[in-house]
Amino acid sequence: MSVTTLPSQRVTHRQPGWIVRLFDYKPFLIVMCLAPAIGLLTVFLTYPLGLGVWLAFTDTTIGQRGIFIGLENFQYLWTDPLWWGAVFYSVFYTAIATFGKFALGFWLALLLNNHFPLKSLLRAIVLLPWIVPTVLSALAFWWIYDPQFSIISYLLVDVLHIRTTNIDFLGTPWPARFSLIAANIWRGIPFVAISLLAGLQTISPSLYEAAMLDGASAWQRFRYITFPMMMPILAIVMTFSIIFTFTDFQLVYAITRGGPVNSTHLLATLAFQRGIAGGELGEGAAIAVSMIPFLVFATLFSYFGLARRKWQQGEAND
Amino acid sequence: MAWDSRARRVMMIYLPLSCFVLILLFPFYWMAITSFKPNAELLNYKEHNPFWISSPTLAHIKHLLFNTAYPTWLKTTMLVAIGSTFLSLFASTLAAYAIERLRFRGSPYVGLGIYLAYLVPPSILFIPLATVIVQFGLFDSPMALILVYPTFLVPFCTWLLIGYFKSIPYELEECALVDGATRLQILRRITLPLAVPGLISAGIFSFTLSWNEFIYALAFIQSGANKTVPVAILTELVTGDVYQWGALMAGSLLGSLPVALFYSLFVDYYVSSLTGAVKE
Repeated sequence: MSVTTLPSQRVTHRQPGWIVRLFDYKPFLIVMCLAPAIGLLTVFLTYPLGLGVWLAFTDTTIGQRGIFIGLENFQYLWTDPLWWGAVFYSVFYTAIATFGKFALGFWLALLLNNHFPLKSLLRAIVLLPWIVPTVLSALAFWWIYDPQFSIISYLLVDVLHIRTTNIDFLGTPWPARFSLIAANIWRGIPFVAISLLAGLQTISPSLYEAAMLDGASAWQRFRYITFPMMMPILAIVMTFSIIFTFTDFQLVYAITRGGPVNSTHLLATLAFQRGIAGGELGEGAAIAVSMIPFLVFATLFSYFGLARRKWQQGEAND
Repeated sequence: MAWDSRARRVMMIYLPLSCFVLILLFPFYWMAITSFKPNAELLNYKEHNPFWISSPTLAHIKHLLFNTAYPTWLKTTMLVAIGSTFLSLFASTLAAYAIERLRFRGSPYVGLGIYLAYLVPPSILFIPLATVIVQFGLFDSPMALILVYPTFLVPFCTWLLIGYFKSIPYELEECALVDGATRLQILRRITLPLAVPGLISAGIFSFTLSWNEFIYALAFIQSGANKTVPVAILTELVTGDVYQWGALMAGSLLGSLPVALFYSLFVDYYVSSLTGAVKE
């Protein structure tokens, strides 16, 4: 049996169908392999990005094609206190939340880098806030910040007797701003901690041993070994964090929708309010486009500011 | 040393660590406990300890499952997440294979280009994308989300998979080539089976990311039945000035469960690929 089947197998090997031979032609194979990814990204990312910039220079509204109006949208935004408010809060939100996330995340990473039982279970638990859909955890925060039934107010007033009245977390501008930042930090800590933990584990223990022999204190070991060694990874993680915090949408939309009195609008929520809810596509697109300079600046700043060492790391993902 | 070393360890490590865990998990605890509290207890802190439930009830979950369209939302979300995950895995596996294995002139630049796509935030894209979706006649259809989500999933998965393909020795493919296998056979029989752990972690990431997505789902979907869980809870369950906290929290809890379960099944892949992606 095998003697008779062998030759025929060999024949089919020598003369595969023309489709198979076409796929063996490397340039064709490369094009076919890249086509789905590049096609999707071109149609749903590159094209809309260009279209968005174009829309920003038109007066398009929902259901009506706009005409080119040059810089008018941007001139209008320049005189719009709401846009300035959103710029202010976006920068403030990003700065404070990033600082909080990195300070606490770094601390948590250092703690998790110690040896103790159930370490991997703890790492898994700690990541939860990052896994669960932001809007759903934001709803939990909304409930925690309830003006009447906030559990924080209950603790402060009825249990600890530190205050006599409930805190109006979301009803007044500054408390609302800080409440949102707290929720953002809460959500961001796990990712920062786990990424930095990965970085910590790449630092060779022999460096610490050498420093200990030289009599360096714990703070000196952190300051002169841990911190500089972590710079490249800090730069990447921070760049990502800044981009995604600055363009955050869901948390603010879910908890305050920009209120009270528009004090917590981020550029993204303002763009949504004007562009989709309000129908002014052109103006909404202009607000979205106005995020780009900030993003470029923040990226360059965090990237080149922190990654002074030539970084060996090729990639990072959020 | 002034301190007893165990006391020092408790103060410096276990105490702050417990605080972190407590704060990071508290919102989930609060979410869960609210879901099972009867309304009488929910808003009465004077007679009931708010941190515990005296008479747990399934009323909120029952209300959610039988009086609202929650099951439909769950189904839609599942459909969108699975659809976009498969589409992204398909596109990014091929792309990563081409970039890493079929090396050609300019392949690093193609890789960099795909990577940069990840840095374009959805908040900048959703307005023009809405007009594109309308042009394609996909407005208000889950198909729109299945096609749009790969814009942030493909860059991510491609980079994850490039790393995986890198770890598979070239020699295996060369041997197969010498033995007369076609390129497609090599991809199907050798490279892909070896990249399965990478495919799994890319799949988990894609699934959770598309389950979480909010802004596109909010902007492109209008009818109640086609909404995804995060959008629907916020736009359909929040009605009037009196919030039904029990039902809202039950909805959040149920909406988080699939992701949390999925994540806990593959947590080792998840954590190691996350740390690996940063390390490499």
